[in-house]
Amino acid sequence: MRNIFDFIYLIPLLPLVGFLINGLGRKSLSKSVVGIIGSGVILISFILSFIIFLQVKQDNFIPQIISYFDFINTGKLKIPFAFQIDQLSSLFLLIITGVGFLIHVYSTSYMHEEENKDYARYFAYLNLFVFSMLILVLGANYVIMFIGWEGVGLCSYLLIGYWFKNNNYNDAAKKAFIMNRIGDFGFLLGIFWLINAFGSVSYHELFNSTDGTIAAIKVLNNGNLVWISLLLFIGAMGKSAQIPLYTWLPDAMAGPTPVSALIHAATMVTAGIYMIARSNLLYTLAPSTMTLVAIIGLATAIFAASIALKQNDIKKVLAYSTVSQLGYMFLGLGVGAYTGAVFHVMTHAFFKALLFLGAGSVIHAMGGEQDIRKMGGLSKHMRITYLTFFIGCIAIAGIPPLSGFFSKDEILAAAYAHNPVFYIVGLGGALMTAFYMFRLLAMTFMGAFRGTHDQEHHLHESPSAITIPLIILAFLSIVGGLIGIPEIFVHDGHKLEQFLNPVFAQSNVLLAKGELSHQTEYILTIVSTLLILGVSFWAWKKYKNYKEENLPETGFGKVLQDKWYVDELYDTIIVKPLKSLSLFFNNVIEKMGIDGLVNGVGKSVNYGSRQARLLQNGQVGFYILMMVIGILVLFIIQLIAK
Amino acid sequence: MGNFITFPELLLWIPVITGIIAFMIRDQKSVKAFALISSLLTLTVSIISLFYIDNVKYLLYNNVSYIWLEFIGSNFALGLDAMGHLLTFLTAVSFPLIFAATYKNNYKQPNAFYGLMLLSQAGMMGVFVAMDALVFYFFWELALIPVYFLSSIWGGERRIQATFKFFIYTFVSSLLMLVGIIYIYLHTAAGPTSEHTFSIRAFYNSGLNLKDQIFIFWLFFIAFAVKMPVFPFHTWQPDTYEQSPAPVTMVLSGIMVKMGVFALIRWVIPIFPDAFFHVNNIVIGLAVFGMLYASCIAMVQNDLKRLVAYSSIAHIGLMCAAIFSMNHIALQGVMIQMFNHGINIIGLWIVVDIIETHTGVRKLSELGGLALHTPLLAIFFVIIALANIALPLTNAFIGEFSMFTGLFEYNKWFGAFACLSIILSAVYTLNMVQKVFYGADNINTKVVSLVTLNQKIVLSVIVIFIFVLGVYPKPVFDLTNETVNLMLGRFGK
Repeated sequence: MRNIFDFIYLIPLLPLVGFLINGLGRKSLSKSVVGIIGSGVILISFILSFIIFLQVKQDNFIPQIISYFDFINTGKLKIPFAFQIDQLSSLFLLIITGVGFLIHVYSTSYMHEEENKDYARYFAYLNLFVFSMLILVLGANYVIMFIGWEGVGLCSYLLIGYWFKNNNYNDAAKKAFIMNRIGDFGFLLGIFWLINAFGSVSYHELFNSTDGTIAAIKVLNNGNLVWISLLLFIGAMGKSAQIPLYTWLPDAMAGPTPVSALIHAATMVTAGIYMIARSNLLYTLAPSTMTLVAIIGLATAIFAASIALKQNDIKKVLAYSTVSQLGYMFLGLGVGAYTGAVFHVMTHAFFKALLFLGAGSVIHAMGGEQDIRKMGGLSKHMRITYLTFFIGCIAIAGIPPLSGFFSKDEILAAAYAHNPVFYIVGLGGALMTAFYMFRLLAMTFMGAFRGTHDQEHHLHESPSAITIPLIILAFLSIVGGLIGIPEIFVHDGHKLEQFLNPVFAQSNVLLAKGELSHQTEYILTIVSTLLILGVSFWAWKKYKNYKEENLPETGFGKVLQDKWYVDELYDTIIVKPLKSLSLFFNNVIEKMGIDGLVNGVGKSVNYGSRQARLLQNGQVGFYILMMVIGILVLFIIQLIAK
Repeated sequence: MGNFITFPELLLWIPVITGIIAFMIRDQKSVKAFALISSLLTLTVSIISLFYIDNVKYLLYNNVSYIWLEFIGSNFALGLDAMGHLLTFLTAVSFPLIFAATYKNNYKQPNAFYGLMLLSQAGMMGVFVAMDALVFYFFWELALIPVYFLSSIWGGERRIQATFKFFIYTFVSSLLMLVGIIYIYLHTAAGPTSEHTFSIRAFYNSGLNLKDQIFIFWLFFIAFAVKMPVFPFHTWQPDTYEQSPAPVTMVLSGIMVKMGVFALIRWVIPIFPDAFFHVNNIVIGLAVFGMLYASCIAMVQNDLKRLVAYSSIAHIGLMCAAIFSMNHIALQGVMIQMFNHGINIIGLWIVVDIIETHTGVRKLSELGGLALHTPLLAIFFVIIALANIALPLTNAFIGEFSMFTGLFEYNKWFGAFACLSIILSAVYTLNMVQKVFYGADNINTKVVSLVTLNQKIVLSVIVIFIFVLGVYPKPVFDLTNETVNLMLGRFGK
C-alpha cells in the first residue's frame, strides 16, 4: 500500500475541484447537486485529514515534507511548492475541514432562498475558502503560507460582498481586504527580511537545521529576529483582527451568517495565531516582540469586550467577542503558552461557530432581524437553538467543565506566571465576556417577544440541516476541553500538550516557564470561576426581563456603543489626509507642475508645433505613402549594399 | 548566411510584408481577417522558435547579419537571445489577442489602420531582435511612427493634443539617445570595414570612462524612462492611453512600454555598468516615489482609462526600481513581469473597451451594477484585477514578489516604501471593481451586452496565462536565467 502522505495533495485539491464544478456549473447545476458537491468534497477532505491525524498521533511520527514542484527557484533563492504535515498542521486540518463541513451542511439550508446561480456561487466561494485555508496551514514555507493567507483574504472579500447589489456590503468587503493588505504588507516585508537574513523561507530549514539559520541563533538580541518577528506580527494583526487593524471584522458581518461562523470566527481569523505558533522559535528568541504580542493581545481582548457590552446587533456582539477572544490567544502566545493559544483556537472554533450558527438560526426565524432589542422569548419557539446557544454561552464564558474553561484558564494561568497584572486585566476581560454573552442570551431568548406580530407568527425552529450542526458543535463545545485537562485535576490529562510537544519543544526548553504552584493555580481557578459565575448570573437577571426602552445611551455607554470612535479616528488621521494628498498630486503637481512644464516646452517650440498640427490635418494617405516608400527605400539600400 | 531563414528574420519580415500588403486591402472585413491571420502566422513562428532556445546548439537559427551600411560599420544584425525570445513571444501573442478582441470594432480607412498596426509590430520585433545599435535605433523609431498616426487619426476627441504631447516626449528623448549612440559609436574599436562600428559587441566593449558613462547613461535613461514611463517623464501616458483607439492603447501599454524596460537591460546595463553604482539610488528613488505617486493619483481617478494608466505607471515603476537593484532575483522578477504585465494589462484594456463600447461611458461614477447583466465579464475582470494587485497564484505575484525581494535586498527602506504600493493598488483596484461591477445598476449599465465569442476566447487565454504562470513560473525563470546571469556578469557579480 502506498503511504497516506502521498495523497496529502487531495485535501486541498478536492475543495478546489468543488469550487471549479460549482463555479463553472452555476447556471446548470441544481441546488441539491451544488450542496452535495460543496459539502461532499469537504467531507472527503475531513476523512483524509482524520486518517492523517491518526498517523501523526503515533509515537514514532516524524514530520513529513512533501515537495511537488519549484514555485520560485532562481539564483540562491529556492522556494518549492511543498506541504508540511506535523502535529500543528494536522490539528488545524481537522478543525478546518471538520467545522468547515458542518458549516457547509448548515449553509445548504440557510442559503436555500437564494437563486440557483447565486447559491452555486456561494458554495464555490466557500469551497475556494477552504482550499485557501488548507494551503495556508499545509504550506511548508512562508511563501506557500502567504498564498493561502491572501487566498483566504480574497474569499473573505468575495463572501462579505456576496450580496453585491448593496454598496454598504461592498464597502465592508473592501475595507476587510484593504486592512488585511496592510497586514500582508508587514507579512511580506517579514518574508523579504527572512530571505535577506537567512536565505530561506522554509520552516524546516529555518527552525530545524543547525547552521546559519534561526535554530542556530541563540543570541537573544539579534536585531534581525526582532524585526522579522515584528513584521510577521503585523501580518497576524491584520488577519486576526488585533489592535490597530481590527475594525474590519465587525463590518465583515455584512456577509451571510455561516460565512461569519466559518471565516470570521472559526478558521481564517485564527491564521495569525497559527502563523506565530508556527514561528514559535522565532518569537521565543525575540522576547521584546513576545511582550508586544502579549500586550496587544491583552489590550484587544478587553477593548473589544468593552464594545461588545453595548452592542445590540446579535452578530456585532459575537464579532467583537471574536476579536476579544483572538486577543486572548495572542496573550497566550505572548506569554509563551503556545499550546494554550492553539487549544483556545480549537475550543473557540467549536463554541464561536456554534454561537454564530445559532445566531443565524435566530436571524432566519426572525425574518432577517438582527437587533436583540426586538427579540426576546425565543426559547419557547426554538428549543434546540436555545439550548445549544446556551451551551455556547457557558463554554465561551469559561464555566467549568465546558471547553472554554480549560483553554481560557490555561492562558490566564500562564499570564499570571508571566506577570500578575496580565492576569488581572485578562480576568477583567473574561468577566466582561460573561456579561455580554449572558446579556445576549437573556435578551434574545428570555422575557417577552418584542418583535412585530407578523414575526411572532413566523417563529419556528430551524430545519435539521441547521439544528444537527448546532447539536454536534454543542457537543464538541462541552467535551472539547477534555483533551487539555490541567495537571492539577488529572495527572497527564493534557493530551493536547503531549500531542503538540514536538512542535514547541525547542521553545519550551528556551522559555523555562515559571511553573505555578498547584496551590496558586487552584486559587486562580476558583477565584476566576466564582467571579465569572457571579457576573453571568447578574447579567442574566438584569436582562432576563428586558423591556425595550428608547433611552439613548449617554456618557461612557455611548462611547462604547459607538465603538470608541475608532473608525472616525482612522478616517480623520489616515483616510482623509491620504485622499487630500492624492488630490494634491493629481490637481497640482500632475496637472500644473509636470504637465505645465511640458506644455511650456511645447509652447516654446510653437512654430514647430503649428507645423506638426498642420501636417496631421488630413493628409493621412500621403503620410502613409511616405512611410511605405521610406521603408522600401531602406530595403533597396540594403539590397544594393549587399 | 546559410540556406535557411532564421527566426528573427521571420518574426520581422512577416509583419513588414503583411503590413504593406494590408495597405492595399480596402475591404474592412478582409483586412481584419488578413491582419489576424498575419499575426497568427507570426505567433506560430514565435512558438516554434521557443523550441530552439538553446543558443549554443541553435546559434544559426537565431542569429543573422546582413551587410547593410558597411561604410559606417553598421550591419543589419538580428539575434534572438533568451530575453529576446521572451519579448518577441509577448509581441507575437499580443497581436492576435488584440485583433481578435477588437474584431467587432470598425475603423475608417481600415487598410491603413491595420497596415500601421502590423508595421508597428514589425518595429517592436525589430527592437527586440536588433543586435546593432543603429538597427536598434531605426526600429525604435519605426515602432513609434505608426503609433503617432494611429493615435492622431483614429483617436478620441482630444487626440491631436494627446498625440502631440506623446510626440514631443518621445521624439525629444529619442534624439537624446541618438546623441548618446553616436558618442559611444565614436568610442568603439575599428570594425573590419570602418573606423568604428555599431555592433552590440563593440558597444558592450566601448570601455567608456566613468564620467562619460554617467553622462551618456542619462541620455539613454531619459529615452527609456519616457517610454516606460517613469516619474516624472510620464504625463504623456494617461492622455495618450485615454485618447488612442483601444487596440493602440493595448499595443502601447502591453508591449511598447516593455521596450523601455527591455532597452534598459539590453542597451544600458552592459554599456554603463560602472555608472549604475553611481546613479542607482537616484533612479530607484525616482521610481519608488513614482510608484506611490501614481498609485495615489490612481485612487482619485474617475475615468476608467486614466485609472488603468496610472496603475500601469505604478507597476512599471517597480520594474525600473528592480532593474537598478542589480541583483539576481530582482532582474528575474523584471523578466517575468515584463511578460506578465503585458498580458494582464491587455486583458484590462479589453474589458475596459467592452465596457465603453456597450455603455458609452467610462466614468466610474456613471457605471455600476454591471455584474448583474454581464456576470461573465465581471468574472474575467475580477480575475484580471486580482492579477493587477498581484494576488498569489496569479502571474503578477511571481514577478512582483521577486522584484520586491530583490529591491529589499538592495535596500530595506526602498523595499519597504515600494511595498506600500500593494496596499494602494488594492485600494484603487477594488474601488474600480466595485464602482463598475457591483452595486445597483443604472441607465448606462442596464444593457444587454454581449461578450463576443472572440472576446471570450481572448479573455480565457489571458486568464489561463495568469494562472498557469502564477502557479508554475518555472519555464520563464529557466528561459531568462541566461540573460540575468549575463547582466550580473557585467556588474562583476
